[in-house]
Amino acid sequence: MYRYDEFDHAFVRERVAEFRDQVARRLSGEMTEDQFKPLRLMNGVYLQLHAYMLRIAIPYGTLSSKQLRRLAHIGRVYDKGSGHFTTRQNLQFNWIKLADVPQILEELAEVEMHAIQTSGNCIRNVTADHFAGAAADEVADPRVYAEILRQWSSLHPEFSFLPRKFKLAVTAAPHDRAAVQVHDIGLHMKVDDKGERGFAVWVGGGQGRTPMVAKKVRDFLPEADLLSYCEAILRIYNLEGRRDNKYKARIKILVHETGEAEITRAIEAEFAELQGKALTVPAPEIERIARYFALPDLETLRARSEVYETAKRDPAFALFARRNVHAHKVPGYGIVTISLKPTGAPPGDATSEQMEAIADIAERYSSDELRVSHEQNLVLPHVKLDDIPVVFAQLQKIGLGDANAGFITDIIACPGLDFCALANARSIPVAQRLSERFEDIARQAEIGDLKIKISGCINACGHHHVGHIGILGVDRKGEEFYQITLGGSGDETCSIGEIVGPGFSSDGIVDAVETVVDTYLKLRISADEPFLAAYRRVGQAPFKEALYAR
Amino acid sequence: MAKKKDFHPVAATANDLRSGAVVFREPDGRWGTEARRAEIAETPEDAERLLARAKADHDSCIVVEPVLIEMAEGRPVALRERIRDTGPTAGIGRTA
Ligand code: SF4
Repeated sequence: MYRYDEFDHAFVRERVAEFRDQVARRLSGEMTEDQFKPLRLMNGVYLQLHAYMLRIAIPYGTLSSKQLRRLAHIGRVYDKGSGHFTTRQNLQFNWIKLADVPQILEELAEVEMHAIQTSGNCIRNVTADHFAGAAADEVADPRVYAEILRQWSSLHPEFSFLPRKFKLAVTAAPHDRAAVQVHDIGLHMKVDDKGERGFAVWVGGGQGRTPMVAKKVRDFLPEADLLSYCEAILRIYNLEGRRDNKYKARIKILVHETGEAEITRAIEAEFAELQGKALTVPAPEIERIARYFALPDLETLRARSEVYETAKRDPAFALFARRNVHAHKVPGYGIVTISLKPTGAPPGDATSEQMEAIADIAERYSSDELRVSHEQNLVLPHVKLDDIPVVFAQLQKIGLGDANAGFITDIIACPGLDFCALANARSIPVAQRLSERFEDIARQAEIGDLKIKISGCINACGHHHVGHIGILGVDRKGEEFYQITLGGSGDETCSIGEIVGPGFSSDGIVDAVETVVDTYLKLRISADEPFLAAYRRVGQAPFKEALYAR
Repeated sequence: MAKKKDFHPVAATANDLRSGAVVFREPDGRWGTEARRAEIAETPEDAERLLARAKADHDSCIVVEPVLIEMAEGRPVALRERIRDTGPTAGIGRTA
């Protein structure tokens, strides 16, 4: 597995020492808040409603057991005994004292973690498919390219003060689990007819106030040109992106205002200048980085496991196998999703005890590896099918054995007004109430694939624009209201959800979602037609009618 | 500052610099964690003075981001401020 190199090591240590000094100067009054704020943000420290919040980078969502144990320890000692996994594959601690931050960063550095580039107008933590390195359907491990991008973008002198933050995502399977089309740059790897690897390059996607699906500016970019091409895009953006209006500063606005053809031309022209020069990534370098991400030593097993098949006689395990286990590239192994969405719990939260138990499970059964998904779940990437029944039993013991991955209760929700200083309305309690309303697992199974995503304000950290059912919290004269969007999707068929009509009160929102679900169940052609397909077939009208024609 | 006729009583709130905790300025000038103990300014002039003192505490590195918030019956009026006062409404799940 990747371990950051000596350069990173020395650099992170220096940064911790520097920040320790800055915090001391702030606490002693030598530094004002105005001077200190940009410095703390550069180190992932925000001031939220109740306390400081520390956002820790988990590059491309990859974690070891040791790292998860350290996060559990930090949660216990410096927070209130838990942590919150975010939609950016990061982890946030919500109850941090400023005076403790340098020590926390020091303890993180010991396990090669940090909080750099989790804030500010720079290139943020690169995200990747959470099944990366294990998925049967991937053509390569996308983390290799995410890492090449990380090394290039980390503290890139030219791109430390971009017009706005900049997010990249990489996926390498036909089914896009990393939502690349709603990123500033989305890279979707594929193999051409000659067997060469390259990327479809998407630019200008994003959510927030002005949601947009990215435009495909290249159908096939050879992997060696990855950095030259991204540099070309960033240069155009750095030069032409708007700095006069924060709400118009993301690259999506530039792409939109310039037009797809013109922006593609400009990128290609810039790329022509850069191609074949210093930024070309040589094949041996790609191989070198790929070795960091090599598969662990897995056994040669038969594809079919009798233990696994026999365990499916238990309906609860059969459902877990169907929903939470995905095909692995190595026969006899599976990828296990640990749902951090037990009934009534805040999505993405894990207690320190749960993190420790999961770390133990990963160490014993998943070659010491874990992933964090942007859907706020954890993943055990390399579990022997033979071992999955035991893993399931252990997860049940810690209250995380829910077989609801991809079901209606596998909800994404941002921190919302319970924690976030920017929020207009609460998100988590809505997720909790929905999770309770749809608690019956048989009902969830009948409904099938359905993604609900909830944001507490237009910044859309809860990805509501790409929820099959999206919920946006708004403030209407001091009251929380919730707007429903339908038909969004973050996968390879990416679409932005459409607002269905006037919002619902906090009391009404759960019933409204249930009405949408019941309407779907009535109109679907068969149980094989998922919500999104049905919505795309019939459009908004029947849902609108069910919701408003009373 | 609001005109006299549409003025509502206010308190000064901020976050403690060191811990980040939500704090309210009390009549004796200390910052405490309970809104119900906060000093209430009943007039625009008092409110201005309260804010000035809160800002001075900001400048003295005791608190950060002080603001005035509307109060009624010893509680903040706005939901956001009530959540700041009493804590998140979303507890950790019952299975945890
Ligand atoms: S969407 Fe808004 S409320 Fe939710 S975390 Fe982001 S900024 Fe905060």
